[in-house]
Amino acid sequence: MLLGLLETGFPLFYWGNALMIVIGLGFIYLAIAKKMEPLLLVPIGFGMILVNLPLGGMMDYEMTLKAPQAGIVMEVPMHEGDAFEKGGVIYKLDTGEVTAPVFGRVDSLKVSQGQSVEKGQPLASLITMEQTNQAEVPTHPVGLFSRIFKFGVMWQILPPLMFLCLGALTDFGPMLANPKTMLLGAAAQFGVYLAFFLALIVGFSMTEAASIGIIGGAEGPTTIYVTSLLAPHIIGATAVACYSYMALVPIILPPVIRLLTTKEERGIYMKPSLRKVSKLEKILFPLITTIVVILIVPSSAPLIGCFMVGNLFNECGVTERLNKTAQTTFIDIITIFLTLAIGASMPAQIFLQSRTLLILILGVISFASAAAAGVILAKIMNLFLKEKINPMIGAAGVSAVPMSARVVQVMGQKENKQNFLLMHAMGPNVAGAIGAAIAGGVFLGILG
Amino acid sequence: MSVEISAPMPGSIVGILVKVGDEVKENDELITLEAMKMENPIFAPSDGMVKEIRVKEKDSVEAGQLLIVME
Repeated sequence: MLLGLLETGFPLFYWGNALMIVIGLGFIYLAIAKKMEPLLLVPIGFGMILVNLPLGGMMDYEMTLKAPQAGIVMEVPMHEGDAFEKGGVIYKLDTGEVTAPVFGRVDSLKVSQGQSVEKGQPLASLITMEQTNQAEVPTHPVGLFSRIFKFGVMWQILPPLMFLCLGALTDFGPMLANPKTMLLGAAAQFGVYLAFFLALIVGFSMTEAASIGIIGGAEGPTTIYVTSLLAPHIIGATAVACYSYMALVPIILPPVIRLLTTKEERGIYMKPSLRKVSKLEKILFPLITTIVVILIVPSSAPLIGCFMVGNLFNECGVTERLNKTAQTTFIDIITIFLTLAIGASMPAQIFLQSRTLLILILGVISFASAAAAGVILAKIMNLFLKEKINPMIGAAGVSAVPMSARVVQVMGQKENKQNFLLMHAMGPNVAGAIGAAIAGGVFLGILG
Repeated sequence: MSVEISAPMPGSIVGILVKVGDEVKENDELITLEAMKMENPIFAPSDGMVKEIRVKEKDSVEAGQLLIVME
């Protein structure tokens, strides 16, 4: 009876797993009952549930524990199947302890008490769910999701491909019609750098701080891409912060906008008919942007390059099949892989740490200050512009396409029913997406 | 005097809430225009009577295209 119980997941199941399963169920509830980002929250929530069922093995990585120095094995405190914390003692040698560099469980022990070992000799095979720096702690994936995660996310394949699909779905027309709105998208990147410095102040490393700052870029793929390269161990937290706050844009943006604008400013009327952007402009834009941006910030090449080729599919008029696939089937396939893998990167042992809460707090600061910077720049621009712009459109520079532009539209019409800010807000909105990719490239160029 | 109401942005007509001859007040909703997967209400700019409706439901419209003439 007891032996049978040992083969189930129960002995390794702890309150943290239960809490993560409740959070995963909460995501699925929000998606189904409240229609909040269902295409993201259903698979992320399900991935979270799956990875918190012990011994399921979905996110398992195998690693070999090697002897850090020669010695004689004095004691083996662990047994096969035992779970251990990061830093847990696996072997005691006469020359010192051999500790686990990750959390996990013992798969097999290769030496026993009384045996002498050489430096570098394999001592045990361990199983972990932790993303590690491969140069320091090499692991190899043995679970379905860990394989998808390694070859899809860590090899930086899925996020840029997601960007390709988003490029196909993006219309740069409103931005090209009114190029000064590009500045608002650039201003919103202030939030990225503010959160970066705040994260440094509260004790995160440079690479972690960059990954946290980029949350304010409000682009899921950019956040995942940057974090996977710079700080893979916090990827679950940064991805969840980014996607959650994108879903919460209708709650985060309005108070920031109201705080920084007067009722009169929110009521500023903007003429609806934007300049008609020619087909040639729309074709030249992705080509010129690719060449100029990548020459200036080479590390942004995977994101900007994919974003722009997707956009060219959409605008050139002769690749309708590719465009249609990128906008529909392909983005769905990438979404399934990416979101399940992200959900699966959140086992309780990694996610339920005080630093996750800090990341979530810094993330919302990054978001809010990005929106604030856009609004403030719009107000400054109004000091010089003859035809005033509604400062609320600056908040759409936070990206989260097209959610933040929609929020601006709703708030604008509340003040003045004849005002249609949606297309005006789309300018800073798509500029913000480019800005976030460039900000990510800058971090990678400096820290990568 | 007639007042022309045109589409503020490209999109498709998902609802026409008035018919020719209706008396409307300023800020009454006339048409629902879907753009960027968002339903945008288009309101009457002033009191008046609906004289002509130039579009029907499910029509795709360009920015600036005439939708309704009011009197």
